[in-house]
Amino acid sequence: MDLATVIFYVFVLITLGSAAVVVVSRNIVRAAFALLFTLFGVAAMYAFLMADFLAVTQLLVYVGGILVLLIFGVMLTNRQISVDIKTGTVQTWLAALIVAALGGTLAGIVWSTQWNILSQPPAETAGAPKIGEMFLGSYLLPFEIASAVLLVALIGAALIARRERTS
Amino acid sequence: MNMDDILTWLEHPGLTHFLLLSVLLFSMGLYAILTRKNAIMVLMGIELMLNASGINFIAFGRYSTGTFDGQVITVFVIILAAAEAAIALAIVLNIYQTFNTVNVDEINKLKD
Repeated sequence: MDLATVIFYVFVLITLGSAAVVVVSRNIVRAAFALLFTLFGVAAMYAFLMADFLAVTQLLVYVGGILVLLIFGVMLTNRQISVDIKTGTVQTWLAALIVAALGGTLAGIVWSTQWNILSQPPAETAGAPKIGEMFLGSYLLPFEIASAVLLVALIGAALIARRERTS
Repeated sequence: MNMDDILTWLEHPGLTHFLLLSVLLFSMGLYAILTRKNAIMVLMGIELMLNASGINFIAFGRYSTGTFDGQVITVFVIILAAAEAAIALAIVLNIYQTFNTVNVDEINKLKD
């Protein structure tokens, strides 16, 4: 087992272990910080898949943006009377049953399907120039729509979150 | 399948490794959505599921098609995740101001 494989499994363990903490931890702040490590682990997976641009984007957008937003949400929506920020769970057994059935089915499908795998892995080129060309080429319309969606969503979020002044 | 086959499989990370990882992440995200009371924890579950889908797209792009389409789609997934998180947190903040709680099993009125 060479070094790259060992590092791969270390990152897999980090990802899955911290995701398990996110799912079961009763403390919301702890769950949010565990999500940080999960997102880091996923970024490492992107790097292992030679998606360098995506790995950096994952760090910038998820770790730098979405996670901070989530932590803001945690801090703003909990009664600060009690020091510990806890949350409960409901229907644990039923949910575990459903999730185990779905996960088992998906894992079985992944395991038993003969996937179409390239005999020769593609040459390792820098991803960013290629992705930029595709954004301005075959994916131009989705790209423009996505930018409009982002603009609308952010203006809408600012409008919704603003406290109404009804004096 | 004997022990040696499993050991060789473990020593060479390939497409199925990434797919199984994303299956596990997706299942955990679904579990969080189903069991959590707090709306923000439900959002975290959704983020886990979106990340699982991203791993799937990029893994297929690298091992199965050899093109960059999977990575482009994943960029769109990240864009939509960012928009979704912003909108959802704005709504959660409003719900908190109205109901003084963000537990999704206690919010069952459209207006008070």
